[in-house]
Amino acid sequence: MTAFIRTESELNEELAIVDETILAGDGWMKVLEPGQVLRIVDLEGNQAADTLFFDADNRDDHYSAVATIAGQGNIYLTTGSVLRAESGKPLVKIVADTCGRHDTVGGSCSAESNTVRYAHDKLSMHNCRDTFMLQLARHDGGYTKRDLAPNVNFFMNVPVTPDGGLTFADGVSAPGCYVEMAAIARTTVLISNCPQLNNPCNAYNPTPIRVLIWNP
Amino acid sequence: MTKLWSTTIAPGGKWSGVLAKGRLLTFTALQDDANLAVMLFNAHDLTERYNMPDTLKAQYTARLTRGNVLMSDNGRVLASIVEDDLGWHDTICGVTTREGTDAKYGATNYQTVRNDWLRSGYENFAVELVRCGLGVRDLGPVVNLFAKTACNEEGVMIYDTKHCKEGSQVTLRTDMDVLIVLSNTPNPLNPSTVYPTAAVKLDVEIAPAFQPETDYCYRYRGENRRAFENTETYHLLAGK
Ligand SMILES: [Zn+2]
Repeated sequence: MTAFIRTESELNEELAIVDETILAGDGWMKVLEPGQVLRIVDLEGNQAADTLFFDADNRDDHYSAVATIAGQGNIYLTTGSVLRAESGKPLVKIVADTCGRHDTVGGSCSAESNTVRYAHDKLSMHNCRDTFMLQLARHDGGYTKRDLAPNVNFFMNVPVTPDGGLTFADGVSAPGCYVEMAAIARTTVLISNCPQLNNPCNAYNPTPIRVLIWNP
Repeated sequence: MTKLWSTTIAPGGKWSGVLAKGRLLTFTALQDDANLAVMLFNAHDLTERYNMPDTLKAQYTARLTRGNVLMSDNGRVLASIVEDDLGWHDTICGVTTREGTDAKYGATNYQTVRNDWLRSGYENFAVELVRCGLGVRDLGPVVNLFAKTACNEEGVMIYDTKHCKEGSQVTLRTDMDVLIVLSNTPNPLNPSTVYPTAAVKLDVEIAPAFQPETDYCYRYRGENRRAFENTETYHLLAGK
């Protein structure tokens, strides 16, 4: 039996200070102030929201999947997970989650990884790394490809077996499932709403997500 | 195989250097319970580096062993695991920090205990990355050679304290010219409250000529073959 921890939020959508929709294949980048809460909603279900975090006061210190995993001694993210930077600094904490489990081992898709995973002729397809880089290019010139580390895949289930196998499981999220995180430090959030068309996880149909932010 | 060079990385030690394509790097644990953290970069383009997620996804594994290749973020093979006594090397638990090291083993500093002070993986990598023209923004997942960190059905990570025995070996082959950065610092999940003290020996040899038709790592999966093909294209275009 594999645990999924589901926790509802008490926040009222009408009181959010930001309420935006990110279409499939689009990016989004914003700074969260300490105490602000970000909600990401999987509007149509089984969409991957590839998300990176940076310490906004020290942009060299980016999200670390491995420091996050080692810090909590668990490979999956859900309510209570503290997402850490490479230095170990806590950036955000997941405070509500109606999906119950999120992946941080699988990383984002890229043109190059698509050629490896699927076929050489996939090089031209739209991918998350391109979305990340376009957002970084538009930001202020301070971020480069060097700053792209392994990310969180909200709403993705990538089960790891006790003997070290890695699989991709469909259907853990559903229309309207959301995850909410409170900023511990000033944190830059970078999202790529995944345009992946080669993976059956999203039934080959990338869909929009919604992002809301509340003040403390 | 022609033996080129050897070194020993002491507990707490670090090393970085450039290794040409076609080198065999044999790492030997000189005591039980070793953990050697490894980062890899393309020596000619340091923005290209080891990518843990792409490596794991493409090979449908959460552990590394013989047959697996270490892929870059540009879909190429930086190195391959061509021999392995252990069957499991960790790449999802990262390195120790100063705070974590002090909390687990007790605070030490150079002023008080001289070279017996306890090094952290984060600081070791920070030093070597700056030495190589990089910085902490270039940190990312490492390969923790010799360490087994499995997880149960709930995702709880379990470090296997009996996994690595004295004399255990693993051999990497460089498939591109790489910058390699090493830190002999404990796995963050090692439950021991005594700082682990296993030295690791590194022997470098010239690898036999690469023959795709018989190469175990090339033939391991279609994904590996395509990553090697990307690497071959890169070398062809760059004239290497
Ligand atoms: Zn993607």
